[in-house]
Amino acid sequence: MGAKMGLALQGVRIALGTHRLVPPLDFVVAPGERVTVMGPSGSGKSTLLAFIAGTLDAAFTAEGRVSIDGDDVTDLAPERRRVGILFQDDLLFPHLSVGENLAFALTPALRSRDARRAAIARALDEAELLNFAGRDPATLSGGQRARVALMRTLLAEPRALLLDEPFNKLDSQLRHDFRRFVFDHASTRGLPILLVTHDAVDADAASGRVIMLGA
Amino acid sequence: MTAPRGAGIVGLFPALTVAAFLLPIVAGLAGTLLPAFGYLPAIGGNALGLDPWRRLIAYPGIATSVITSLSTGFAATLASLALAVAFCAIAHGRSWARRIGGFVAPVLSTPHAAIAIGVAFLIAPSGWIARAISPWLTEWTLPPDVATIGHRSGWPLVLCLVAKETPYLVLMMIGALHQVPARGHVMIARSLGYSSAEAWLKIVLPQIYPQIRLPIFAVLAFSLSVVDVALILGPGNPPPLAVLALRWFSDADIGYYFPAAAAASLQLLLVVFAIVAWRLAEPIVTSVARVWIVRGVRRGMATVSARAGFIVAIALFAGSIFAIAGMALWSIADAWRFPSALPTTWTLGNWSRELASLRAPVSATLLLATAATLIALVLALGCLENETRARHHIGTRALWLLYLPLLVPQIAFLFGTQVLLVKTGIDGTLAAVVWAHLVFVLPYVFLSLADPWRSLDSRYARTAASLGASPSRIFFRIRLPLLLGPVLIACAIGFAVSVGQYLPTVFAGNGRIATLTTDAVTLAGGADRRVIGTYALLQALLPMLVYVAAVTVPACRFARR
Repeated sequence: MGAKMGLALQGVRIALGTHRLVPPLDFVVAPGERVTVMGPSGSGKSTLLAFIAGTLDAAFTAEGRVSIDGDDVTDLAPERRRVGILFQDDLLFPHLSVGENLAFALTPALRSRDARRAAIARALDEAELLNFAGRDPATLSGGQRARVALMRTLLAEPRALLLDEPFNKLDSQLRHDFRRFVFDHASTRGLPILLVTHDAVDADAASGRVIMLGA
Repeated sequence: MTAPRGAGIVGLFPALTVAAFLLPIVAGLAGTLLPAFGYLPAIGGNALGLDPWRRLIAYPGIATSVITSLSTGFAATLASLALAVAFCAIAHGRSWARRIGGFVAPVLSTPHAAIAIGVAFLIAPSGWIARAISPWLTEWTLPPDVATIGHRSGWPLVLCLVAKETPYLVLMMIGALHQVPARGHVMIARSLGYSSAEAWLKIVLPQIYPQIRLPIFAVLAFSLSVVDVALILGPGNPPPLAVLALRWFSDADIGYYFPAAAAASLQLLLVVFAIVAWRLAEPIVTSVARVWIVRGVRRGMATVSARAGFIVAIALFAGSIFAIAGMALWSIADAWRFPSALPTTWTLGNWSRELASLRAPVSATLLLATAATLIALVLALGCLENETRARHHIGTRALWLLYLPLLVPQIAFLFGTQVLLVKTGIDGTLAAVVWAHLVFVLPYVFLSLADPWRSLDSRYARTAASLGASPSRIFFRIRLPLLLGPVLIACAIGFAVSVGQYLPTVFAGNGRIATLTTDAVTLAGGADRRVIGTYALLQALLPMLVYVAAVTVPACRFARR
């Protein structure tokens, strides 16, 4: 475990065939910092996140290095990178209850049943969903589901948080609240956040650097 | 909808279709259950009683027969399911996974009996495997004196069933994946620290299980009651229950009909018991699995087990290909003495010698398969078109109905069907056999056609209607051409199912109509591998050629675009 140095990209470029999507990118997202990547659809924003998360489709060619807290993760499998990601869809697992969705993310090092239950209760409390552990995700509202999805991501103790337009599907008030919720929780944990969006309001709310990608 | 005349005729199709395959099953079950309790006036059974059951229980090997059926049936189903699951878990997200359907087609389209004969050629003490490792590894210069084929435990039977059913379950799972956001779920689980295979097992599998339940039950019912594979590879004395029933049905002494009907009824009971037991075990397995899923263990045994299962599945698949290749070799082998890995001299003489006797079974096979497939296609298209015009889909209960021919053991109703056919005087005719094949061809044709049909964009038809096209014009000029590919694939599947039918041919044909499959099963008991090889290879080749044609015809038609 190195010191907390955040998420660093070095000479990252991505192409699809001969079409260059992402120009060479070099930047660091410090712990607790929020950086926004903006651009129209098809500009390679989500592709960049897939490259950082390790789930880039084989059709793309990519070069450059990604490191988190000083560890080079470029060649690691997605499951070894400890990079949390939120998508537009909350992707809660429908066959598990809310509490079981969270338990799935908890580390197995936390062995005792009581300790696991307590950790889940704490997370639900933070999401203002205290008695929701036994609920079927399908019975939750969109905003509630989104908050569970974030808590699930955070319980796995990621070292960086990638946001792939997670606010898009929520209506404006919910969107504002959930954005706050995400930024507050990630910042108290000192996580570097990389946000991808095509909405200037999101970028303003993130109140950090903005990187523009062309079409 | 408008167009009352067209809808009137099309509206008859569901009833016609249900009658076409339910009538033989219901009448057949009655015709088996009644003699099981002593009632069959035609041969002097006038009083209801338990005498047939007493004779069945008095048979010395009955307990072993039942245990063999149960153990091989469950072993084959559990192993096929485990291997199919492991295969899908590892294959998920790989670029080649999209082409799996094409890869497994040769094994799927090959009839069970042909694969069984190929497996016998591989694993016999004088089989290809023993030849390949002799004498350099084993120092065998003569075939070893060990029992493989017909081993009392039934392992060769299980091996063959697993080789054949695993690809089927893999295809069913891939089909079920369309209804689940599998890609996103696996991606999320990986970001939480789970390997791809672990994510598939813990997150995707529980979601698709409800959709693969019926195919699993079909595999279970089939494995418990299979006759042709058991005749070739299974234990002989006492045989599995379904084979015992067939043996008694075919006995020269018609008095054996009664215990045979009791055995067939017991077979039905076994299948019902097995399906109910499986269904009851599901909640138990689910709750255990839930504990395992939420414990949060990453990098546990799951990935390693899945990888092992994947390797076994690939090995079995390769084995099936070698089984087919082995039949091909024998059919052109001249001299092939024991320890040689390959024939020392080759000949086409086996084929030219068999040409005359092959002509009748080949033409019967082609005729039956073509007729059954075309009738099934018309019925399935009629039902789907009716569904589209009436704008409502058949529910889950109707799906159970469609699976009925695949869930009810063949031996349990085919005898009764034969009684019915004898009564109406059409037993032993081609028409009777076509009907018997249709019962099994229809579900497969319908099931393979239903998904592409229902997912066709309805705006094409609405656009055509707004241009003034009648419903029948829309059907013939819009839907049918757009769905040419799936229609041809459905035909290829129906064709393969018909070619593979053993028991329906034997019963409805009353032993008078011989196909490649019935001849191959009969010959398999003999010793001349060159003759058996020609029959089994041809039996495997016909469906494969039809499948290749079904895939290439649309490709050529649209190649110029």
